[in-house]
Amino acid sequence: MNANLAALLYLVAGILFILALRGLSSPATSRRGNLYGMVGMGIAILTTLAYRPPVGLSAWLFVFAGIGIGGAIGAWRARTVAMTDMPQLVAFFHALVGLAAVLVAAGALYAPQAFGIGMPGEIHGASLVEMSIGAAIGALTFTGSVIAFLKLDGRMSGKPILLPQRHAINIGLAVALVLLIAVFVVSQSHWVFGLIVLASLALGLLIIVPIGGADMPVVVSMLNSYSGWAAAGIGFTLGNLALIITGALVGSSGAILSYIMCKGMNRSFISVILGGFGGETTAVAGGVETRPVKQGSAEDAAYILNNAAKVIIVPGYGMAVAQAQHAVREMADILKGEGVEIKYAIHPVAGRMPGHMNVLLAEANVPYDEVFELEDINSEFGQTDVAFVIGANDITNPSAKTDKSSPIYGMPVLDVEKAKTVLFIKRGMGSGYAGVENELFFRDNTLMLFGDAKKVVENIVKALA
Amino acid sequence: MAAEIQQQLLEQAQAVANTARQAAEAAQAHADQIAVGLGAAAHMGGGAIDPFVFRLAIFILAVFVGYFVVWAVTPALHTPLMSVTNAISSVIVVGALLSVGVDLASDTIDGIPGEGTLWARLFGFVALVLASVNIFGGFLVTERMLAMYKKKG
Repeated sequence: MNANLAALLYLVAGILFILALRGLSSPATSRRGNLYGMVGMGIAILTTLAYRPPVGLSAWLFVFAGIGIGGAIGAWRARTVAMTDMPQLVAFFHALVGLAAVLVAAGALYAPQAFGIGMPGEIHGASLVEMSIGAAIGALTFTGSVIAFLKLDGRMSGKPILLPQRHAINIGLAVALVLLIAVFVVSQSHWVFGLIVLASLALGLLIIVPIGGADMPVVVSMLNSYSGWAAAGIGFTLGNLALIITGALVGSSGAILSYIMCKGMNRSFISVILGGFGGETTAVAGGVETRPVKQGSAEDAAYILNNAAKVIIVPGYGMAVAQAQHAVREMADILKGEGVEIKYAIHPVAGRMPGHMNVLLAEANVPYDEVFELEDINSEFGQTDVAFVIGANDITNPSAKTDKSSPIYGMPVLDVEKAKTVLFIKRGMGSGYAGVENELFFRDNTLMLFGDAKKVVENIVKALA
Repeated sequence: MAAEIQQQLLEQAQAVANTARQAAEAAQAHADQIAVGLGAAAHMGGGAIDPFVFRLAIFILAVFVGYFVVWAVTPALHTPLMSVTNAISSVIVVGALLSVGVDLASDTIDGIPGEGTLWARLFGFVALVLASVNIFGGFLVTERMLAMYKKKG
């Protein structure tokens, strides 16, 4: 196959990837988009095998073995993963892309002739720069994603771990990294390349470790972006259009998602990176809250819901943890049968990653046209009889709008308190993820339903039937 | 007498022809020099575009395409967006394929494959496994999620 044809086919693959993302503008076209993505990937792989075929039988065996082993593991993970664990899976996948970028850069350094970028020890200067940048971002993505995976999976405390002098250490490492890259470009030393990788691994670790559990949606999006830039760096080394286009797409996608997540929490990107927010065990200073709250039973809730004309359900991550989404959908079905209008309101950071809550509701067979984003539904609470808050807390806290001293002041919240009645399902009187007291509990129109989210909803369903 | 004049004329004509030839040769040499100079100038001054600039142009345009395409993605599908971007960024598999498929004879010392190519094959193989996990895992889990999104009724 000639080089021009190969380049054009890589371009076709890149365009199919653009169409894959384009398909996601609506659930109706999304599956066709995903198919475009798969076809694009197939074209990229076959083009590579035809344009620069592996040399020798053993190389072909390695190729088939690699795709077979990896494919089987990937397919198994995709089939078995629980939807609540999606953030961990995505973080894990980011780690793989990052490590693959490092390994490809290493392969290009050890055998540049296979990549057409020179001979060992005589690699073109520009390729060296691109290769080391790709490897550095890849290594950083790898360790960062591993930490994010461990925190999301609960194998590591979500508490921010703050090293003394961490900013100085990070800046020092970054400067050292730039110097190492310069030395590497001049010397082409494999040792220096190893040091670049080690410094980047350390940097990834140090950047993510201080970030608290509440900021994980931003971190996952950010690592998504990094994995794209790493791929683009390798794309420049190989002069491969499919990789360059994909890297740019993924890089900007992750950056936009990070921006949306930061906005959803009213946090600046810089302050997230600097870390130290969102410890799950933040002790609230001062005395224990003793104001009275109104407490109700499942029967009370069923009565109120049955007499409502319009109900907005506000789910949070706690609903998913309690596995209550199926019970919620069952309750909604009964109410719809009674002529009650049901809508769902989703806050941008309701789950552990962008769009997570939508997937969890979709899994429970909630139709996507009943599910609305914050800015589309927030004005409707005033004309709503019941706001049904389940497993959410901070994203409904009215003090984010009024109390300047609150740590979540300025964060966009759902205006549930404007509904005639707020039914608030909660395990106990503890504070939310951000460790902030919720003013909502003490309002006259709030009825607290204490207990496990799933149990409470099941009891409401029983009372309704 | 006439023969003498004829001889003189002939010599003069030869001399003129010689001069002309020398002038022509000089001109040719000059033209060659100019051509070389022009070629060099063309090389330095934008006659041929460095492939890097070409790739950079594509990269920057793709960043803009990504920006607009991703803002058009409905927030309800942001999780599938992340898993599918994950899957497509595994197109880094092309690099893994090149590395694992390296010609072991391309860097031999006394007929024995050099260390470099063996390392490249190893690195390439591991990268190929990782990227394949991502390709299959990413696309299939995206498909699984998208299949769950249903309309009312």
